Amino acid sequence: MNGVHDMGGMQGFGPVIVEENEPLFHHPWESRALALTLAMGATGKWNIDWSRSVRESLPPAMYLSIEYYQIWFEALERLLVQSGLIAPEEIHASKAIVAPVQGLRILRKENVAATLSKGGPTERQALSAAQFAIGQSVRTREMNPSTHTRLPHYCRDKIGVVTAIHGAHVYPDTNALRQGEQPKWLYTVCFDATELWGDNTTASSVHVDCWEPYLQAAKL
Amino acid sequence: MKHEKDPQTATSLQQSDHPHDHDHDHDHDGVELSDIELRVRALESLLIDKGYVDPEALDALIETYETKVGPRNGVHVVAKAWHDPVFKQWLLEDADAAIASLGYTGRQGEHMVVVENTPDIHNMVVCTLCSCYPWPVLGLPPAWYKSAAYRSRSVIDPRGVLHDFGIEMPSDTRITVWDSTAEIRYLVLPMRPAGTQGWNQEQLSQLITRNSMIGCDVAKKPDQIASDSEAAS
Repeated sequence: MNGVHDMGGMQGFGPVIVEENEPLFHHPWESRALALTLAMGATGKWNIDWSRSVRESLPPAMYLSIEYYQIWFEALERLLVQSGLIAPEEIHASKAIVAPVQGLRILRKENVAATLSKGGPTERQALSAAQFAIGQSVRTREMNPSTHTRLPHYCRDKIGVVTAIHGAHVYPDTNALRQGEQPKWLYTVCFDATELWGDNTTASSVHVDCWEPYLQAAKL
Repeated sequence: MKHEKDPQTATSLQQSDHPHDHDHDHDHDGVELSDIELRVRALESLLIDKGYVDPEALDALIETYETKVGPRNGVHVVAKAWHDPVFKQWLLEDADAAIASLGYTGRQGEHMVVVENTPDIHNMVVCTLCSCYPWPVLGLPPAWYKSAAYRSRSVIDPRGVLHDFGIEMPSDTRITVWDSTAEIRYLVLPMRPAGTQGWNQEQLSQLITRNSMIGCDVAKKPDQIASDSEAAS
């Protein structure tokens, strides 16, 4: 989706403002929003790609104007409704009106450490041989899906070189749509900064992690 | 630092003052509660009422990132790599195993890669699409890492971003940027400063800043920590 979340190379946002001695949370609600997001994510009712897709589908003006933990919170409300865990009217009532979904995997206090420590590895058994090799030139595809993808706009239809192969990983473009993990080979591709930006750059190169469907062999 | 603005406003993606036009309410102590504070509280109540969240689990999650997982884990990794060449080699070849050997694993650090700064090349890490960041070694990302300014500019003008951090990189040092578009998480191994021969791991730890492990700073020089401790005394 060509959304405002896809910010690489956009201009006009001003300097990076660094806060000295920044607190971990600026307001108590930020820590609660984080914890609710993690706890509900642990139920397994949605996956990380679906949740990213919901965050980047927020109205663009809202996305740009709210604090980052509020982006998570706005997405959490939507995910809870979309997954059928809560009814929209329950948000307004802030209490249960319809019967809860049964059999949900609830994150208990005693399981928090183990759950965080395990995380959510995304490497899977490869279903085919890798199509590209380290050192090979590849061209990213020109693609503009209206749904979730992790190929940033700034590096589409660009030539780069494969510098690492990470095995097969869950493919976000299908996983976000609840069409399954469909693991694909994942590569790190290094682009000369001039290939991306012409002369208007102070970078030497940019590395981007790309799944195999984002790539094709470069015709040099 | 070059840009010292009101720190209270440095949290939104825009990192600027936003009009204070939310609905407000007041609790019994007369403390002003923002609209978002009320909404988060209400949703928490609802999810507890539904039986979907364990309130003690929420506290445990927050406590984990307040007290157990933070940049000192990454400092440990970097200081050990500076001190122990065998560990450093392992870290660069198989970061997952080397970092796990120190006990740092899990969420948002399942697949780690460590990139080494040298006099020729400086590495900078960003997530242009969201806020991907190596939690087990650096903790939760600072507000600037999630800001539109950083996410937009680092991939095109990293030298300008470093300038915002007060760092002027030599013109013959190339800067390469790592955009965290997948579940691979990147940690920068900063250059070990000159004049630290014979230092033990604990001494070396004092030179390592969080931002140097993202690529937005360089390690402190030995005289900087000397002056820091003088200032503190």
